[in-house]
Amino acid sequence: MSLIGSSIGLLLLLGLLALIAGHCQRATVFVYAASAAAAAIIAYLALSYLIMGSIGNEIVSYPIGLPWLRVQLGIDSLSAFFLFVVNLGAVAASVFGIGYDKNDGHGSHGTGRFLPLFPLFLAGMNIVLVASDAFTFLLGWEFMSLSSWLLVLSTHREEGTSRAANIYLVMAGFGTAALLLAFGLLAAGNGDITFAAMRAVPLSPLMASVVFGLVLIGAGSKAGLVPLHVWLPLAHPAAPSHVSALMSGVMTKVAIYGLIRIVFDLVGQPLWWWGMIVLVLGGITAVLGVLQAMMQRDLKSMLAYSTVENIGIITIGLGLTLAFQANGMKALAALAMTAALFHVLNHAIFKSLLFLGVGCVLTATHQRDMEKMGGLIHKMPITAAAFLVGCIAISGLPPMNGFVSEWLTFQAILNGSDLVQWPVRVAVPVVGALLALAVALAAGAFVRTYGVVFLGRARSSHASDAVEVSFSMKASVAVLALLCLVIGVLPTSVLSLISPLISQFVGVPLQVGSGLSWLTLTSETDGGGSYNGVVLLVMVLAFMAGLIYTMHSFGNRTSRRSIPWGCGFTDDPGPVSQYTASSFAQPIRRVFGASLFSARDHVDMPKPGETRAAVFRVTMRDPVWDWVFTPLLGSIGALTDKINILQSLTIRHYLGLMLATLVVLIGVVAAIQ
Amino acid sequence: MTSGISYDVAHLLGAVVLLISFALLVEQRVIALISTFAAQGVVLSLAALWEGWSHNIHHLYLSAAIIFTVKAMIIPMTLNFLVGAMKVHHHETDPGLGVGGALAIGISLVVLSIVSIFPIAPAVTVLTKESLALAFSVLLHGMLMMVTRRNAISQLIGFMSIENGLLMAAIGVQGMPLAVEVSIAFTVLVAAFIFGIFIFGIRDRVETLDIHQLDLYRGERH
Amino acid sequence: MPTLSSVLLEILQLILMLVLAPLLVGWVRWLKARLLARRGPPILQPYRDFFRLCGKEVVMAHNASWLYRSAPYLVFVFVWTAAALVPTFTTDLALSPAFDLIAVVGLLGTARFMTALAGMDVGTSFGGIGSSREMLIAALAEPAMLMVIFILGIVVHSTALPDIANAMMSGTLGLRVSFAMALFAILLVAIAENGRIPIDNPATHLELTMVHEAMVLEYSGRHLALIEAAGMLRLTLYIALICSIFVSFGMATPGAGAGAILVGLALVPVKLAVGGAMVAIFETSIAKMRVFRYPEFLAMAFLMGLLGVILLYISRGW
Repeated sequence: MSLIGSSIGLLLLLGLLALIAGHCQRATVFVYAASAAAAAIIAYLALSYLIMGSIGNEIVSYPIGLPWLRVQLGIDSLSAFFLFVVNLGAVAASVFGIGYDKNDGHGSHGTGRFLPLFPLFLAGMNIVLVASDAFTFLLGWEFMSLSSWLLVLSTHREEGTSRAANIYLVMAGFGTAALLLAFGLLAAGNGDITFAAMRAVPLSPLMASVVFGLVLIGAGSKAGLVPLHVWLPLAHPAAPSHVSALMSGVMTKVAIYGLIRIVFDLVGQPLWWWGMIVLVLGGITAVLGVLQAMMQRDLKSMLAYSTVENIGIITIGLGLTLAFQANGMKALAALAMTAALFHVLNHAIFKSLLFLGVGCVLTATHQRDMEKMGGLIHKMPITAAAFLVGCIAISGLPPMNGFVSEWLTFQAILNGSDLVQWPVRVAVPVVGALLALAVALAAGAFVRTYGVVFLGRARSSHASDAVEVSFSMKASVAVLALLCLVIGVLPTSVLSLISPLISQFVGVPLQVGSGLSWLTLTSETDGGGSYNGVVLLVMVLAFMAGLIYTMHSFGNRTSRRSIPWGCGFTDDPGPVSQYTASSFAQPIRRVFGASLFSARDHVDMPKPGETRAAVFRVTMRDPVWDWVFTPLLGSIGALTDKINILQSLTIRHYLGLMLATLVVLIGVVAAIQ
Repeated sequence: MTSGISYDVAHLLGAVVLLISFALLVEQRVIALISTFAAQGVVLSLAALWEGWSHNIHHLYLSAAIIFTVKAMIIPMTLNFLVGAMKVHHHETDPGLGVGGALAIGISLVVLSIVSIFPIAPAVTVLTKESLALAFSVLLHGMLMMVTRRNAISQLIGFMSIENGLLMAAIGVQGMPLAVEVSIAFTVLVAAFIFGIFIFGIRDRVETLDIHQLDLYRGERH
Repeated sequence: MPTLSSVLLEILQLILMLVLAPLLVGWVRWLKARLLARRGPPILQPYRDFFRLCGKEVVMAHNASWLYRSAPYLVFVFVWTAAALVPTFTTDLALSPAFDLIAVVGLLGTARFMTALAGMDVGTSFGGIGSSREMLIAALAEPAMLMVIFILGIVVHSTALPDIANAMMSGTLGLRVSFAMALFAILLVAIAENGRIPIDNPATHLELTMVHEAMVLEYSGRHLALIEAAGMLRLTLYIALICSIFVSFGMATPGAGAGAILVGLALVPVKLAVGGAMVAIFETSIAKMRVFRYPEFLAMAFLMGLLGVILLYISRGW
């Protein structure tokens, strides 16, 4: 544990070093390499904790912080799992950073500006995960928020960045405030802010529900739960690509950690309707996120919205866990929580992969707009292959890892019909349908992204002149892609990492089949379903080999190249005739977008004789602004208008107000006693 | 569970009536609405027939005959005549809620009616509760249809399907006297004709069946 | 550990699906032609087409990538693997314990994903329109499919296909209304997923009416042969899946003798032929839908599924 503490200290020192020597190229490489090393050490320690159950002195305290408090760091299976997830992403992002050409479509700017913040950001996330008192937790949380806010601002010369950063800052401050209040309520029992003390104090159902609501707001705003997701698709894309990967792939997981730590660990026995709320929010988040992702032209915004979707999927799993646990169905709670945590790991891996892959694309093309790309599969074969793996994984398709966690989530949903309370029982199939819709739409969104960016023909000279990126960048995406496949094929290996954590929180571990069938993933129901990645991979490889051999030895093996059929054009109609990202999204936009996002197509057609080009424009609005934030701001405005009267009262009125306050307070105290 | 096949078929017919009421919510073309409504009448009369046969209640045969004649023949034919007389175009549509909205609100109404029916009637059998719940949903769907449609004819159909819900409840709950059903049926028939006369009136005066146009003629509106 | 007999039966199943798929499609095409008072191609025509295409040279666009070339093989393999998992004549298949119904849907999803990507690879507007619409249809069909799985899950308490088939064959479940709803829902889903009329017309090459054909328009030679074979396998798979759930009688159970297996084997072509005939009759009696009426069609499937779930809750006493 003290080694983890030292590694975090190293990260903090690296931030200082980068501040001093940031402009030197060699120092940049050193900072990234050392960050990667520190993250790798923490990931290794976390992994060995998960496997062996102990790494010696689980709680250490440091004489820093407030004068009467010692900062306490500790590790248990929950923090170990998240430490592993976070630092896995951190290692990949740091290695990617070594070879990252500073010019990724954000315009050229020196690394000096954001280099010191990178290790600080990593340190902040790690502090949250190992904190074992509320003060350290919030300290790390704010550290993480502020350093990522500054990282977003590092591209401040671009249009939109400052708005993104402002919204992010407001949301982050709001979220932290909610968490602060939640911790306040938790510590109200005996004033002790260590987690151990909070755990020991039982809360009344009312207080517990208030804490739950506050945590849902605080952690939900950081994770990107609808309707608190509005900052996320603005802020994540604004940062440099490997930082985007960290924010989307990893920081949202820290928020999920906060939710699990407080609601599952510190609060105690959940109530069934918490599960209901979380479940429904998750379903809505998943669908809204992926629908927005489908309609983005900007590559990084598309990935950011897809993060919103995946957070929704994780939240569905957590909501089911709460509902099952409130009903004392331990085995099913274990299944649902395994699904959620498995998806946490998976999403960290493939979202990092995709953001880093986009970083490669931006480095090669200096463009973020999908409509200017195409045909990159020929120019950047390794990036293209790794990105394809990421797309299959995030679309929840076998044999990649995304399928496994979504399979587990579906299994948990299918068992939701046994819940006692009818509202959850009705909500479960509806949320299941939303999840199925989200997963299928995600496949559509990623077919669109991959098809427009990597396939087809180059739509601009940026794309046709692209060249493959440097080794460290290729290596980091390739390793992540390999991880996607390995986890998809051998999911039970990850289950053994998660199971100590599940037994700690739910009481029973998810049972893995015994004997030879341990490779098969089974759900907890009697009979149940199953999925076996190894068999699938072997079958697919064997069939492929046999099929290719058969077709080539018995069929005609010759092939010839020609121009494609051009819909009646006799010569090549050129790349503009291809389907674009907007046209791919059009059916979905029309079916779902017209009412949900008030998406409208505007065609400005020149009159006969006019020589200007026709203009096509799509306008969309996020419904959350119209339904939640605008009314909220309006009512706050109205309220402040009312309160304005207070500014110009006479001294007698003010004294009267003070007296009234005093009387009310005394009355409250008297009522309580 | 109540006696096997009798329960299952009743269950099925009830579910089909409900499905058709969803179809009524979603269907846009006015002409198709009339046939959909006729289909609901047919299934409803089948349900009455089945209920009469399986529980050996003879007056339900008469109910089935009345429902079939009125709901599946006279009213659709009248409506078709109205449509023909007013030269409603074959493709004239009345968008209503759209698929997504109809699904979301419709399903919520079904859940609402189940939730409200199940606790208040603990003594009766599951089948009775269930047919009551289904009937109640059909009724609510009819009201929803009246609220969301603009065309006078589709509103009339909405009104008729409310009444289908009532009849369904009458069939499901044993012991409803025949006289009540007969009087419901004839009241509705009369209502249909009054509606028809009104529709003609609207049509003659404002040259449209879109009742929102009538708002323009309201005196007290500012 | 799978027994030797189940491994042999699995191999038999793989071959059976491969052999019957073109026959089923040939039968559907022949019957459709007959219903339209045409003479129709011979039932064996799909086999001939397959071998003729295999013997032809492949013509590819200049910019076709490795993805375009490998997609037909991948699509075929994924669909074939999925087809190997659906019990047709016996529930004792070696691979069944490894994959359940959700995994089968997933395998078909991967095949669809690869087809859609291949449609985008050459960079023509045809491929794009096909891919875009295919993904829309899939997105609309998935929730309805999940509702079907949900109904089966509530009743059978399992998503494993042999468990479902065995439970349905046992006859103890009775005639549930929810099953009727699930059956209708899965029929609509199957029509949509297989690109049959009214969603898609497999027989035309007119840009406004085709989805699947538009995606694979650029394929030729052995690639086209594989893509078409995969399409036939998928149709067979869906009919077999519906049969194994809703008309599962006659299937051999684990430990059954050779006689039961032979009976099962003899019933498979009969079931497929009846299913194919229903497809043909349905297709000849209905017109192709506009693209933007797909949501209504599939919303109906979803509604039936969800009502099925709710009715199931009711019949279990809410």
